[in-house]
Amino acid sequence: MKAFTYERAASPAEAAAAATRRPGAKFVAGGTNLLDLMKLEIETPVHLIDVNGLGLDKIEPTAEGGLRIGALVRNTDLAADERVRRDYGVLSRALMAGASGQLRNMATTGGNLLQRTRCPYFYDTNQPCNKRVPGSGCGAIDGFNRQHAILGVSEACIATHPSDMAVALRVLDATVETIRADGERRTIPIADFHRLPGDTPHIETVLRPGELITAVTLPPPVGGTQLYHKVRDRSSYAFALVSVAAIVQSDGSGRVALGGVAHKPWRVEAAEAELPHGAAAVAKKLLEGAKPTQENAFKLKLVERTLAAVLAEAKGARL
Amino acid sequence: MKFDTPATTNPIDQLKVVGQPVDRVDGPLKTTGTAPYAYEHPVPDAAYGHVIGAAIAKGRITSMDLAQARAAPGVLAIVTADNAGKLEKGEHNTATLLGGPEIQHYHQAIALVVAETFEQARAAAHLVHVEYERGRGAFDLAAEKGSSIKPKPGIGGEADTAVGDFASAFAEAPVQLDATYTTPDQTHVMMEPHASIAKWDGDRLTVWTSNQMVAWGTKDLAKTLGIPKENVHLMSPYIGGGFGGKLFLRADVLLAALGARAAKRPVKVALQRALMINNTTHRPATIQRIRLGAAKDGRLTAIGHESWSGDLPGGEPETAVSQTRLLYAGANRMTSMRLAVLDLPEGNALRAPGEAPGMMALEIAMDEMAEKLGMDPVEFRLLNDTQVDPEHPKRPFSQRHLVECLRKGADHFGWAKRTARPGRSRKGRWLTGLGVAAAFCNNLLMKSAARVRLDHRGILTVETDMTDIGTGSYTVIAQTAAETMGLPLDKVVVRLGDSRFPVSCGSGGQWGGNNSSSGVYAACIKLRQAIAKKAGIDEDDAVFSDGHVTAGSKRMTLAELAGESGLAAEDQIEYGDLAERYQQSTFGAHFVEVAVDAFTGETHVRRMLAVCAAGRILNPKTARSQVIGAMTMGVGAALMEGLHVDKRRGFFVNHDLASYEVPVHADIPHQEVIFLDETDPVSSPLKAKGVGELGICGAAAAVANAIYNASGVRVRDYPVTLDKFIDRLPEAA
Ligand SMILES: Cc1cc2nc3c(=O)[nH]c(=O)nc-3n(C[C@H](O)[C@H](O)[C@H](O)COP(=O)(O)OP(=O)(O)OC[C@H]3O[C@@H](n4cnc5c(N)ncnc54)[C@H](O)[C@@H]3O)c2cc1C
Ligand code: SF4
Repeated sequence: MKAFTYERAASPAEAAAAATRRPGAKFVAGGTNLLDLMKLEIETPVHLIDVNGLGLDKIEPTAEGGLRIGALVRNTDLAADERVRRDYGVLSRALMAGASGQLRNMATTGGNLLQRTRCPYFYDTNQPCNKRVPGSGCGAIDGFNRQHAILGVSEACIATHPSDMAVALRVLDATVETIRADGERRTIPIADFHRLPGDTPHIETVLRPGELITAVTLPPPVGGTQLYHKVRDRSSYAFALVSVAAIVQSDGSGRVALGGVAHKPWRVEAAEAELPHGAAAVAKKLLEGAKPTQENAFKLKLVERTLAAVLAEAKGARL
Repeated sequence: MKFDTPATTNPIDQLKVVGQPVDRVDGPLKTTGTAPYAYEHPVPDAAYGHVIGAAIAKGRITSMDLAQARAAPGVLAIVTADNAGKLEKGEHNTATLLGGPEIQHYHQAIALVVAETFEQARAAAHLVHVEYERGRGAFDLAAEKGSSIKPKPGIGGEADTAVGDFASAFAEAPVQLDATYTTPDQTHVMMEPHASIAKWDGDRLTVWTSNQMVAWGTKDLAKTLGIPKENVHLMSPYIGGGFGGKLFLRADVLLAALGARAAKRPVKVALQRALMINNTTHRPATIQRIRLGAAKDGRLTAIGHESWSGDLPGGEPETAVSQTRLLYAGANRMTSMRLAVLDLPEGNALRAPGEAPGMMALEIAMDEMAEKLGMDPVEFRLLNDTQVDPEHPKRPFSQRHLVECLRKGADHFGWAKRTARPGRSRKGRWLTGLGVAAAFCNNLLMKSAARVRLDHRGILTVETDMTDIGTGSYTVIAQTAAETMGLPLDKVVVRLGDSRFPVSCGSGGQWGGNNSSSGVYAACIKLRQAIAKKAGIDEDDAVFSDGHVTAGSKRMTLAELAGESGLAAEDQIEYGDLAERYQQSTFGAHFVEVAVDAFTGETHVRRMLAVCAAGRILNPKTARSQVIGAMTMGVGAALMEGLHVDKRRGFFVNHDLASYEVPVHADIPHQEVIFLDETDPVSSPLKAKGVGELGICGAAAAVANAIYNASGVRVRDYPVTLDKFIDRLPEAA
């Protein structure tokens, strides 16, 4: 780990200002991802700005009838919130499918969105990785890539975004609220928040340097049966091979988003129109343009079958 | 004590303490966090070492720039092959522990940075700049299979065995199976990493380490450093798991010693978790071809098992055919092992080496064959039982209750309710199925010594360099001594894991419990003789119980007989030729129920049962823990464990605990273990055998067979992950 300086910000605006003043500064929230990466010198911030004490840890109703989730709300608290469990079940389920109890107690809403990939070549500093060292090459493309992306991949990077929470937020049409050094606030639809790797896989979101996430907002509840099915190699403490977040209405219409298949939560609105025609039809549209490797081609079939599982479960729940 | 005739009635048979499910005597230390593990031993003024692993798999270092690291805050010394002086290679090591300029495998240690604090050492390690010249290596077992050679006879015996005429018998058999199975490279991932503290006093070296075999470690450390063995004092009293990964001297000890010499300070080194997997040893992958031929009635007439594995030059094969030489009857048989050179990290023992991966393949093959014969897989195994070593029919098994294990297990598990036709049992989303496999693991005999001392308080202290790797050695040794001396358990103090103590068998190959306790028994018998003599009574009339020795009307306390100066005895158990005259093995049967998600292919184990026949169970509680732990590892092997080889760069890619998956609690809902009431007078005076490895042997195959029964999909490549069969899974909806 490289030596760094540390400060506690006094307000969100000051946190953003402090981050802009010091190039190479980073925010630290739960620290469950950032500190690991610092120990390996994959991240080498010169300065840490602790955003834990900024009062961003509340879940409040919005004027529109939705929920505003502070960026520092812990994953455990968010999953357990009565309103979330009642009206946004898919979010609660996705959170509970992630990491472990100890990690969820620390992990925050903002940090979870910004967690970095779990590509093993990204983690091994002896290996080439365009995301870690732009221009160094990609170890995974011709290497071990069973877990990697099949959609939206580039020649530079085939990593996935590992968050479960983000997949649920995508299907819920959440928006991300931020503040910048100059005090300017903006809201970013979750669909636009994460980027595809393209030629710059090291740039993962549309956030500007120093921009602080203050909250994630959920629109008013849409009802329906809300499910999250995460397929993995063991029953907990594992990242998704494929996950499906779904909201299915009683008339069979609904929304679906996929995790474990791309550099961001994957949702294709056109595919949702196929929901009444069953999983195969939806999968076909969702997976258009997929470019799997030999090792992860199984994800195509797995997406279809996991969708079928979720639709069957939704149907069962409606009976 | 020479053990060369089967045991008769002896003090252990009283079973007042031995055979009782007593709690671990070291339990309170463990649960309160006060058992000092190697890295935690309080050594004043210790500095910290951080290991640098090679960034390439094969080739050489062309330059190493230490200037920046040397100048970094807190740095005391940097050890490299360049400045470490001449080093030998340990007898039990295949690759050298400090590499450079030649690199033999990925993450081979090439430097140790020593600093005042751990963080400073780690930060400075990142400042060491190394340039390499990559060499060409061989990393793909399947590709190298063709160039593999017949290895020299080793731990697993001859490379090839043959009885009768396998080729003709197989060709003529009306029912045949010819299938190839693969098992992946696996790693130990025990909780405690390899860790050591080293301290020099002049030319004398003291190390606190985590090593299963104290005598091997001491000897190889001295040999590597080129110093007399007597100058090394090695202690390994508590070990946070080993599974074979700590059988040998590893880089942590050597580098701590070299670092301490360079820094002129005691030095602590723990291998970083992400380094452990490629730096140390692993269970090598295998490719196994099994051919079975049977008559229509189900009797095996031909059994053939070939196995290929790889290792660094000078390494040994994974002996995956060893159980096939012994497990089932059949007049015509062949086994063979071939070894390829691979430039991956060093292959070596992991819990039940040979048998664990061998049974993974053989016991699927038996399931497949039973199906071809239209027989129940339990019945098929019962029919092909043998009471003699099938390669040497004059040699009986000392005890063999495989049939009883299978019968009892089938009955207890509700095997009769199994739907024989696969894929026919669906409940809602779940395809359910039952699987069975035999369990088999050899019982090995190793000589083992101990010293016992009785003091004036009537406290007996046992000393042996035996280790407790979480298995319960402290406890079964205390029980053995208490039983033999007629003392309550709380009057026995057991001290282990010190190179100044008599040399034991150490912990490995499921030989630890039986052999080390037998060594302690031998020493106690000698002490009983000394006590009887001092009491002036005939040893044969002496009765030791409740802290007293009694003969006729004479009754004295052991404490008073010990007197101020105490009484001591030292002895070892040595074995005659009983192991040649009798085949000694342990047996069992695994039963597993799984549920496979009809949509996604996710597999969940629902319940498991192991029935074991492994001689006298010295402590049913610690033995059960061993077996359920081994069954859990079997589930891991079946469903998720496997190192992924990057075949271009030559390393195991998933080298941390997040990516090398082992079962979590949620994967293991219900386990049951039944021990048959067995004593084996041929194995040792305790009539016990090993049990720590039996539980893993066959467990994975039982899971794989259950998956087949549930889904109708056969997977012959471990682990049975859903990507290997999702395209073959029947339509779910
Ligand atoms: C072993 C393990 C298993 C895991 N398994 C899963 C899993 O199965 N599913 C899953 O979804 N996740 C999993 N995780 C990831 C976990 O969810 C994330 O580590 C966690 O959500 C990150 O949150 P944090 O608050 O700790 O972030 P930190 O580590 O504090 O920060 C992460 C990043 O976000 C930035 N950041 C934090 N807060 C803000 C903010 N308000 N504004 C702007 N930038 C900010 C930081 O600068 C940093 O770059 C796992 C993690 C581990 C270690
Ligand atoms: S897939 Fe992306 S993260 Fe992984 S090695 Fe390639 S560039 Fe790096």
